[in-house]
Parts: sequence; structure tokens; C-alpha cells
Amino acid sequence: MSQEVIHEATPQRASLLYDPRVRGIVFQVVLVALLALGIWWIVDNTIENLRRSHIATGFGFLKGRAGFDIANTLIDYSSDNSYGRALVVGILNTAIVAITGIITATIIGFLVGIGRLSNNWLIRKLATVYIEIFRNIPPLLVILFWYQGVLALLPNVRDSIGLPFGSFLNNRGFYFPRMVWSDGAWLVAVGLAAGVVLSWYVARRARARQMATGQQFPVFLTSVALIVGMPLLGFALAGFPLTFEFPQKGTFNLTGGVNVKPEFLSLYLALSFYTAAFIAEIVRAGIVGVPKGQTEAFSALGLRSGQGLRLVVIPQAMRIIIPPLTSQYLNLTKNSSLAVAIGYPDLYAIGGTILNQTGQAIEVVVIFMVVYLGISILTSLFMNWFNTKMALKER
Amino acid sequence: MKHIAIGILGAAALGFAASAASADTLSDVKAKGFVQCGVNTGLAGFSAPNDKGEWTGIDVDFCRAVAAAVFGDGTKVKFTGLSAKDRFTALQSGEIDILSRNTTWTINRDTALGLNFAGVTYYDGQGFMINSKKLPGVNSALQLSGAAICVQSGTTTELNLADYFKANKMEYNPVVFEKFEEANAAYDAGRCDAYTTDQSGLYAVRLQMASPNDHVVLPEIISKEPLGPSVRQGDDKWFDIVKWTYYALLDAEEAGVTQANVDEMKNSDNPDIKRLLGTEAETKIGTDLGVSNDWVVNIVKATGNYGEIFERNVGSGSPLKIARGINALWTKGGLQYGMPIR
Repeated sequence: MSQEVIHEATPQRASLLYDPRVRGIVFQVVLVALLALGIWWIVDNTIENLRRSHIATGFGFLKGRAGFDIANTLIDYSSDNSYGRALVVGILNTAIVAITGIITATIIGFLVGIGRLSNNWLIRKLATVYIEIFRNIPPLLVILFWYQGVLALLPNVRDSIGLPFGSFLNNRGFYFPRMVWSDGAWLVAVGLAAGVVLSWYVARRARARQMATGQQFPVFLTSVALIVGMPLLGFALAGFPLTFEFPQKGTFNLTGGVNVKPEFLSLYLALSFYTAAFIAEIVRAGIVGVPKGQTEAFSALGLRSGQGLRLVVIPQAMRIIIPPLTSQYLNLTKNSSLAVAIGYPDLYAIGGTILNQTGQAIEVVVIFMVVYLGISILTSLFMNWFNTKMALKER
Repeated sequence: MKHIAIGILGAAALGFAASAASADTLSDVKAKGFVQCGVNTGLAGFSAPNDKGEWTGIDVDFCRAVAAAVFGDGTKVKFTGLSAKDRFTALQSGEIDILSRNTTWTINRDTALGLNFAGVTYYDGQGFMINSKKLPGVNSALQLSGAAICVQSGTTTELNLADYFKANKMEYNPVVFEKFEEANAAYDAGRCDAYTTDQSGLYAVRLQMASPNDHVVLPEIISKEPLGPSVRQGDDKWFDIVKWTYYALLDAEEAGVTQANVDEMKNSDNPDIKRLLGTEAETKIGTDLGVSNDWVVNIVKATGNYGEIFERNVGSGSPLKIARGINALWTKGGLQYGMPIR
């Protein structure tokens, strides 16, 4: 009897055709082969058609002389540089607007999100109005609003609005003095590095001591003092090696100083304000998502409300906030390609110019996809790492 | 998984069916019944919709002339408004049959971009425009060092601008827009000190400004901008039709054949005019080209000759009032020279 059961449990291999494992492998191999064939066919067909239409192919064009100038550049660039370098300028311009936008959007978003939960009626309603306005307008319109509705209405260069510390505001953007460092400036950098390292060390020691003895140490204030104080000390030791170059009125524009152009400003402001509305809702959802029992529990344990928020509520809210926050960061980065409407030279705008001059549409579009994908994957990786760090550690 | 496999097979089969764009544009055009023509979205005198919503301009009329040559009817044409950036891709991909969008003929476009230019419908050159109210002292482009300059991206204009300032060791601040309208609006709003494009374009843009009389076009011409229609490489038959439509417009003007007198001219005994209008006995000129023998009659009836197109759109009959200048016929000291139709 028992032998029969065993016999049934391991039936004879009737045929490979009916073996689910073999079938599974065969299907997967066939699928991969078909996919590879399909991709090969598309690529081959494209190359053949381009050749037949006498259109140049390949990435060799990246070494060619660009011949056009770009206004906003973070690295040295002139029309004599290559298309490749022009693309790098575009990538950096996209990156800078994405990074500054993400930081600002996060700050505004958290403030407005917390404001929506405020006990103050006015703050709560203002936050709601802000969210409803910016969440329901397409981002392109928000960009055009800042560009044509706000910054274009500023006075022209001759009637610039003077601001404190020698800065100016006009329809060519925002001008402020440039810091010119002289010899010995490295001491300031060394001071900053020392401050950061020391604060990290203090935080570690304070934590160890609290674990061992329960005694607390004012880590935050000490860190601030170290990070601000050490560079200042270096600055004083080097004999104050800093002068300012102030913007001056030239024939056409203000010369000297640093000029933040209205194209960058409007894109940066629009993306920040637009994305902040979504982040605010995510933050509110995160805080509301922490059960009320948690608040009651920390009160029962004798924590003050500030401590409780910092140690109990926010760590749990962050677990809810971070995954959708990542999506918003990726959206902001991708929305930055709307820059083309206001003439900010981001990757998409510069790539488009190159596409038009060289006619190599497929190559340029491939570069677009690879770069945006790369930036998005980097953001995702960082946020996933952050998410793991913030995740609930089950003990 | 089976479904996915079937889906991929299906997609592949569809792809095979749709592969390799046809190289016979004339048959395609005849089959669909109209010429698809890529034009500017709004450049007065070249291609812009008028108050009745009809496209007008030199570039637009050229496409009508091609339609008249192919179909005997200048209305069998559809227009696609294109930005400077999209125009070549639209032609390469077969979305349009002719690109007639104030496009400069350069060797790079003729070779690496796979285009064939059929002729020069307008000899132009790049210039600068400034607001003389805001910049009263400026009367030469050489005084523009340090200026912010509005320009359209992906144009030869953008490249000439870089070269000119580099050659004259001047600094400038490019403010680059993808669309013509955006560049115009930014200049009018005072974002830039100067605006640069082809001179004909500057006169057209000037009319669109809030107060046109404040703006002056500076005297310097910094480049050669031969503007003309182009087609895809690898289709000589279609290229010939477009090219000879252009010559026919010039030859008609030279022979004095106009929209008003073309029917009368058909009775002419002049052998040149007889060949031109296809009234010669046993003529094969039109059919050899792939169109009917009275193709030039159809062209002139639809649009008039080159001179009529010019005067109506940019010359004395238009608000632009541009003189013929180098765009006059070679017999009158200009550069327009029609190859003989014989």
C-alpha cells in the first residue's frame, strides 16, 4: 500500500513535452529569442533605411564643433567646443535645476503639509488654497506664469531694483556680488571639513554615552557651533581672504557679479512650487497615517510633545512619505524638460538644437532616454537606500 | 506568456509590413490626392495664415505651384506648420513631401541631413534689429558687445551669430527659443537688447511688435541665407518636379507670362513661349517630367509667375514692401536665373 503511494508521487517521465519545468524553460528561451530577434530587426531596418536615405548615422557627430553658444553654463563652454561638451552643459543644467528644485520643493512641501494640519484656521485654509491652486494647473502654465507673468514685468536694466548687499533685480534676472577668494581660502574649506567630522564624532560619542548612562548631551547645538565656528576660525587665521565683485551697470546689462537668469529662476520657482503642492499632500497623508494611539503612547511614557513628534511620530510618518516622495522627485526632474518653452538651455533644449543641426534624430533621442533614465535611476537608488534606513526595524 | 509571444509575433509582422518608406513620392502624392507641404507656423510674407485663415506667403505659394504642376489644381495641397527644430525630421520621416519653410541651403543639410534643395526662392542675409527708443546710441551691429540677443534655436542664424561675435571679438548673451513666436514675444517684452534672424524676417517681425516704429534694422548683413524648398534624397523624379516648378516660375516671369495673360499667351507664336506653355506640337516636355504638358499653364494660373508671387507676398503689394534687390531676374541685375525649358 505504502509503496503504491510512493509510486504515484513520482510518476514516470511520460514525455518531455508535458514536463512543466521543461515547458517553462522552452517558452522562456523562445520568448527571449523572439525579443532579441525583434530588437535586432528594428535596429537593422533603421540602419538600412537611414543608409538608403543618405542620412549620417553613429555617434561620431559628438566630436564635431558645436558652433552655437549657450547662455547658462556651469562649465567652460564656447562655440568651438564639441557637441559632446554642449550635451554635458545641458545635462548639468538639467541636474542643477532638478537638485535645487527638489530641495526647495521639499522644504515648501513639508511646511505646507504640516500647515494643513495646523490648529490655526487661517494657516490651514491658506495651505489648502495653495495646494488646490498649484496641483490643478499644468506645470507648463506655472512656468509661463513665472516667466511672462512675474519676471518679464520687472523693470529693465536702467531702472533695476536695488536690493541690500549690492544686489539688483531686473527683467534680465537677479544679480548679486561674486565672492572672490584669495590666498589662504583653503583654510576655510579645511575648517568646514573639520567641523563636519567633529560633529559626527560628537554625535557618536553622545549616543554611546546615552546608551550607557542615560545622560543626554546637546548634540544639535554643538554641531551647529562646530560647523559654523571651524570655518570662521579658518577664515580668521587666513587673514580674511575674501573680497566681493559687485555688479556694475554696463552699456546693455549689468556686468560683473553673479547673474541668475530669469529662464532659470522661472523654471526653478515653477517646478518647486508645483511639486511642493504634491509633496504637501504626501506629508499630510504620512502624518495622518500614524495612529493616534502612538501619540497617546508617547504621552503615557512621559515624553514631551516635541520629543514625541521627533522620536515617535515623524520616523513612522517618514515610512509612509518616502516612497511617493521619490515619485515626485522623479516627476520634477522629468518636468524640467519643459524648460524648452522659455529658452532655458537644459538637456532637452540643447539636444534639440544638436538634433536639428546634425539631423541625427535617433542618436540624440537615445541620448535623451539614457540620460533621463540615468538621473531617475540614481534618484531612485538614493531614495530606496534612504527608505531602507528609515524603515521600521523590527526587533 | 503565450499571449505575449503571439503579441510580439504580431507586432513584428506589422513592422515588416510597414517597413521601408516608399521612394516614389510622386506616386504617393498622386494616390493620396494632395501635396503635403511643411511651412513656417507664422512668418509674414513667407508662410502665415491671413485673416480668413488661409495660408499665404512665398513658401506657401511655391507649394501651390507644385500642386498645380502635379494635379493641375493649386488647391490640392495641405500645410503642416513646423518649428525650425522639427522641420528636417518631418521631411526625413516622410510626414511631408516638400519642406518649404524659409530654410537656408547649406552643404551640411544637403549631405549629412539627406536633403536635396531644389532652388533658391529668396536670397536673404542675416541682420539685427534693436529698439531705438531703449538704445538710442546704437546704429551698428558692432556696438552690440555685451548685449542679450534673442534667437531661434536650431537655425543657421544661431550659428552665424556665434561666428560673427567671435570674429569681431565681442561678447554676447544668447537667449535661445525653440519657437519663433516665443522669441518675438521675449524681444518685445525687453528680455533681449537685440533680435536676430534673416532680414526679411526682421521686417516681418517688426510689423508684429507693439510699436513697430520704435524698432530699427541695423545695416550689417552678416551672412548669406539662400532660402529655398527641399525634398528627400534618393527620389530624383520628385526632386525634378520640384526643381523645374521653380525654374518654370522664373521662366514664366522672364517670358512675360502672367496670371492675367496666360490664356492669351497660349496662342503666341514665339517658340520659347510655346515650349514653356506646352503648346508645341507633339511636345513631351511635361510628360517626360511626369506631369501633364500644360503644367506651366496650370502653375501660372494657380499662383502667377515668380515676380507676381514676390510682389504679392513681400514686395510692393504687401505690408513688408521689400524691394526685389538681388531677388530680381538675372536680366534685371538680380540672381534669379531660370534654366531653359526645352
